[in-house]
Amino acid sequence: MDARNPGVPVDQAVRLAVADLLARYVDVIDEGRLEAWPELFAEKCRYLITSAESFEEGLPHGVIYADSRGMLRDRVSALREANIYEPQRYRHLVGPIWVERETETTVRVRSNFLVIRIMHTGDTMLFATGVYRDLVDISSAPYRFIERIVVTDSHKIDTLLAIPL
Amino acid sequence: MQQGDMTPVAWPSDSLTRVPFGLYCNRDQYALEQERIFNGPTWNYLCLAAELPRPGDYLVSGVGEASVIVARAPAGELNAFVNRCAHRGSLLCLKRRGHAENITCVYHGWSYDLAGQLTGVSFERGVKRQGGMPAEFKRSEHNLRRLRIAEFCGLVFGSFDDGASELESYLGPDIAARIRRVLTKPVKVLGRTTQMLPNNWKLYLENVKDSYHASILHLFFTTFEINRLTQKGAIIIDDSGGHHVSYSVADQAADNSAYRQQALRSNKDGYRLEDSSVVEAVDEFGDGITMQILTVFPGFVLQQHLNSIAVRQLLPRGVDRSELVWTILGFEDDDHVMTERRLKQANLVGPAGYISMEDGAVGGFVQRAVRGLEEDSGVLMMGGSDARSQEFRTTEASVRGFWKKYRSLMGA
Repeated sequence: MDARNPGVPVDQAVRLAVADLLARYVDVIDEGRLEAWPELFAEKCRYLITSAESFEEGLPHGVIYADSRGMLRDRVSALREANIYEPQRYRHLVGPIWVERETETTVRVRSNFLVIRIMHTGDTMLFATGVYRDLVDISSAPYRFIERIVVTDSHKIDTLLAIPL
Repeated sequence: MQQGDMTPVAWPSDSLTRVPFGLYCNRDQYALEQERIFNGPTWNYLCLAAELPRPGDYLVSGVGEASVIVARAPAGELNAFVNRCAHRGSLLCLKRRGHAENITCVYHGWSYDLAGQLTGVSFERGVKRQGGMPAEFKRSEHNLRRLRIAEFCGLVFGSFDDGASELESYLGPDIAARIRRVLTKPVKVLGRTTQMLPNNWKLYLENVKDSYHASILHLFFTTFEINRLTQKGAIIIDDSGGHHVSYSVADQAADNSAYRQQALRSNKDGYRLEDSSVVEAVDEFGDGITMQILTVFPGFVLQQHLNSIAVRQLLPRGVDRSELVWTILGFEDDDHVMTERRLKQANLVGPAGYISMEDGAVGGFVQRAVRGLEEDSGVLMMGGSDARSQEFRTTEASVRGFWKKYRSLMGA
């Protein structure tokens, strides 16, 4: 039973499949398989990186914003072919996952995250913390993100944000 | 530290074409900049008037290292004063923005009105006739240190120095006209983000003013074979050298459909955008200018990239660190389609920007490379040796202009 929405139970199998989607998301980014990242989203989707301050104020801008899988693929090919940035990787840690039923075919998911950035020089820093606020399509396997809003706790970004959070 | 104890970096000559690397890492230089530039006869961007719509609204901004409060007083006028209690020097406003009738220090409860005047001192008369302030204590002698404040096209600037000329004459007619060109009507804030730069503040300013690097460091447009429409463009530099505008003009024949076709065009070797909506722009100012970057010395940037409009405030945070505060804008009368267009094009700029993310790192590359070898100098000879407006952008004239203004203020 979901503690936040006890009236609408979410099936255990749904929970597991949602957890699997979140794990795959982290895996494709942290292991450098960015080409697989857009495939975790629905064709028509919404991906936004914003800060808690902007989110609470209702400001719509995000440092990365995409409303289609094509835009996410473009982000990856720009990182591969066009943008210049020092070699770096992320290590994501994703905390507890809250799942709530939205409709017959979708669930709302929230999870805390922590992203550590490791530069090629060996310099390691806590790059971002925050909350993923997701809308997930559960109508068929594999589940996909219809919406992933990345709400960072801090409004500060160190140097640049190349790899998606 | 007394000024006499400080040893500023020596310039090799009067020429603007040689810049000593020591300027980016010397601590005495940095301390003198606070005094002579940020606290000197300059105008420093503080905020947008639109961010403080109601009397009682306040926000915390900065001038150089100093924390500054901007507040709208009951009568409607804007005031700026240091964010530091006149009593023991504690920070007054701890939040970045808010709404209040007065500002009270948490330390000893001294309170100020929204013009920075001391209105209350706790236990001023003591407790049970003991303690309290002596008779010679006068509240009016302990107001907050005020800045001059001036507004232009909804941009609010402050100055610590009575010697700075009026804001509009400080900007000069050409720069003022180029601000007016973009900020034609009431703005609305679409978002904010702060980028921490691993470099001296001047390296970022030089980068913004450097029109030479754009097509070399930033490969997004060329990689995706998007027609940049940048064949024509120019640099405008004000008489002081400190402010600049760089702009590019669309080809007369090009329109949005041309943009789209270019973006979708593919060939065997090239890449293409799957979703070209990120560069689908409208000519909202009706003059064909697709890009205009404008700086006001020492630390303000107004950006128009297609329909992506933003202001950036640069704040030094130590000799090798700075803070770039982005405010992303639209206009109050934008419809949903226009707002969506601006939000998508915002992918082009900012800390994750397709055409600008490199700018967040390149200053750090210089900062890391000059360490330990500060005695050498860099070269700025592209496009000549002076700091005048030019009808082309393969030039470093506006970077030289920055140093011209810098040297005049630093007395070097």
